[in-house]
Amino acid sequence: MSLLIQQVIGGIAIGSIYASLALAIVLIHRSTGVVNIAQGEMAMFSTYVAWQLTAWGWPIWGAILAAVGLSLLGGMLIERVAIRPVEGASHLTVLIVTIGLLLIFNQAAGWIWSFLVKDFPSPFPGGVWALGQVRLSASTIGVLVVLLASMGLLYLLFQYTKVGLAMRAVATNPESAKLVGIRVGRILMLGWGLAAALGALSGVMVAPQLFLTPNLMFSVLIYAIAAAALGGLDSPGGAVIGGLVVGVSENLAATYIDFIGSDLKVLVPFVIIIAVLMVKPTGLFGQREVARA
Amino acid sequence: MRYHRQLRSLAVLCAAGLLLTACGGGRGGGDAGGQDPGITESEVKLGGSYPLSGPASAYATIAQATQACFEQVNAEGGVRMGDGVTRNINFIVYDDGYEPARMLENTRRLVEQDRVFALFDTLGTPTNSAIVDYVNERQVPHLYLATGASKWGSNTEEWPMTIGWQPAYSLESAIYAEYLKRERPGARVAVLYQNDDFGKDYLNGFKQAIEGSGIQIVAEETYQVTDPSVDSQVVNLSRSNADVFFNITTPKFAAQAIARKAEIGWDAMHLLNSVSTSVGSVMEPAGAEASQGIISAEYIKDPSDPRVQDDPAMQEYKAAAEQYGDFNIENEYGTFGFAVCNTMVKTLEQTEEPTREALMEAVRSIDAENPLLIDGIRVKTGEGDGFPIESMQLQRFEGERWVPFSDVISRYEGNTPAGGGE
Repeated sequence: MSLLIQQVIGGIAIGSIYASLALAIVLIHRSTGVVNIAQGEMAMFSTYVAWQLTAWGWPIWGAILAAVGLSLLGGMLIERVAIRPVEGASHLTVLIVTIGLLLIFNQAAGWIWSFLVKDFPSPFPGGVWALGQVRLSASTIGVLVVLLASMGLLYLLFQYTKVGLAMRAVATNPESAKLVGIRVGRILMLGWGLAAALGALSGVMVAPQLFLTPNLMFSVLIYAIAAAALGGLDSPGGAVIGGLVVGVSENLAATYIDFIGSDLKVLVPFVIIIAVLMVKPTGLFGQREVARA
Repeated sequence: MRYHRQLRSLAVLCAAGLLLTACGGGRGGGDAGGQDPGITESEVKLGGSYPLSGPASAYATIAQATQACFEQVNAEGGVRMGDGVTRNINFIVYDDGYEPARMLENTRRLVEQDRVFALFDTLGTPTNSAIVDYVNERQVPHLYLATGASKWGSNTEEWPMTIGWQPAYSLESAIYAEYLKRERPGARVAVLYQNDDFGKDYLNGFKQAIEGSGIQIVAEETYQVTDPSVDSQVVNLSRSNADVFFNITTPKFAAQAIARKAEIGWDAMHLLNSVSTSVGSVMEPAGAEASQGIISAEYIKDPSDPRVQDDPAMQEYKAAAEQYGDFNIENEYGTFGFAVCNTMVKTLEQTEEPTREALMEAVRSIDAENPLLIDGIRVKTGEGDGFPIESMQLQRFEGERWVPFSDVISRYEGNTPAGGGE
C-alpha cells in the first residue's frame, strides 16, 4: 500500500512538471493557434538565466522573478522577430520555424553554459515529511501549488479579461479579430511573451528535481505535448489533468504491470492518448471547433 | 628485410628495362615503397573523432587535452620512435556530435582522404561500434578508445586492430563484487542501469562475479537516456528489501538517483559507477549530505583533489595544460586526455619500424608507467590481454571529496572478466 501511495505521489510530482510545460503550450496554442515545439527549450534557456543570476549571488526568488520577467520580454521579441515574418503562412511553416528555435536555444545554452550538469537551488524549503514509509517532500507540494495557481490565473485571464477575450478571438479567427479593432500583432506578441514567462516558471520548478542541463526539457516536452493533447489543446485545466494522468499512469504501469516495467513505461501515456482521442478527438476537455459555413 | 628484397628485385627489373614506367612512378606520393600511409621521416599522422558539439559535448575537453598534450610533445622536439627517427605528431580531430553515422563518415575521411597512420582515442561506445568493422577491414590501428566497454579488449581475434584504454566496465563491477564478498557476504543488491550496452556491460560483469557467492540481485530497474527522471525506479528499488544499491547511470541520472535515495530515506550501501563520480557535476549537484558514504572505484588522479596538488606529475600536467591548452585544468577530462596521450607517446617510442604492423606489436606488448594514473597502476598488455588498464582503487565520498580506502586492487591484471556488450 505504501508503495502504491509513494508511486502516486511520485507520479503527481513528475506529472506537475509535464503539466506546467503543457500549460505554456496550451497558452500559445490558444492565443496563436500554433503548437510551439521550442517551448521546452525556451523554458530551459530561461532557467539558465535564473541559474546565472543565482550564481551571481541573487536570492532565488529574486532570480526567478527576474527570469520570468525577462522571458516575458524575450518571448515577445521572438514572436516579433522569428514568427511575425511567417504569420499567416501555413501552420506547418510556423512549426518548422519553432523547430529551428528549438535547435538554436539548445545549442546556444550548451555553448554559453556547457553541457555539464548544474545544480539549481530549490525555491522551496527542503523538508520531507514521513508518514509511515511514505515520503512527501515540500517541493512536490510547492510545485503543485504553483501549477494550480498559474492554471487558475490563466483561466481567469481567458474567461474574464478583455485581453483574454482578444486572445481567443485572434486564435479563432485573426481576420475577423482585426476587423473588430483588435491589434492582432500585439496580441500574438503578448501570447508568446506570457507563454515564455509561464515556461520559465515551469523550468525553475523542474530544474531542482531533474538537474539543469541543456537537455532539461527535451524529454519533458514529449510528455507535455502528450498531456496537452490528452487534456485538449485549448484547455488549461485539461492540460493540468492531462499531465497528472500521464505522470501517475506511467509510474503505476511500470510498477504493477510486469511486462511493461520501466522499459516500456513511456508507451503508457501514448496508449491512453490514442484511446482517448479515438473517442474524443478534441481531448478530454477540449472544445469542438464549430466552423461557420 | 622484406623491404630490401623488394627494392632489389625492383632494381633488377629496371635494369632489364622491362618496366621503365613503373620505376618512374613508384608507389604514389611521398611514401617510400612498403611504408604505410600517414608516417614520414618527420611526421606521424593520427586521427580522432569526438562529440565537440551536441548533448555529449562535455567530453570535448578530452579532445582539447589530447591536442594540447601532442602540441607540448611537438614543442619539445617530437617523439623519438623505436626506429630511431624523431617525428612530430599531427593529430587531426573531427566533430561527430556523438552520432554513430557521423563518426563513420569522419573515420572514412581520416582513413581515405587524410590517410592517417592510426586512429586514436575515438570516443564513445555506440560511435566506436559503428566503425570497428570498417577499421579492422582496412587494417587501420584503432587505439586507446575512450570507452570502457569490455568488448574492445575481449574480441582481439575478430578485431585485432582495436584496443581500449581505461578499465573495462565489467572489471569495475567485479571489483565491487569482491568488495561485497568481503564486507557483506550475504548482500541483497538492487540495480539501476541504463538500458544499453554500457549498462549491460556493468550488470553482466557483476552477475558473473557474484556467481556462486551468497550475494544476490533482488531487484533490477532500467531507464532510457531519453527518460526525464529515474525517481519512480529508485522508489521501486527501495521497496525491494535490498541492502546494497548499485547505481549504473550517467551523470544527470546519477545525481537524480542520489538525491532521490536520500529524500525517500533509503538506507542502503550505495555503489556508484566511476562514469559518474565527478564532484562538480554529480556529487555537488546531488548534495554533499546525500552523497556521504557512497563507494566507487578510480584509476586516475583527480586534478581538483587538494591532496595531489604536490604530486609532480600533477604539477607538470597543470603547467602544460595551462601553456598549451584552453580548458579548465581542474576538469578531470583534462587529466584523462593527457594520460591517454602519454600512453600513445610511449607506444610510439616502442614502435620499432614505421609500419602499422610494428605499431600494433608495440600496442600489444606495452608495459609502461603513467604518472597521471593512481600510483601503483601500470599500463600493460600482452599475449591474450587486450586491456591496458586493469587495476582500480576503492574510494568513498567523505565531506566534499573522494577518499581512497583500499589498496590498488590488481588481482584482475591480465584477467579482465567478460562483460555483456553485444
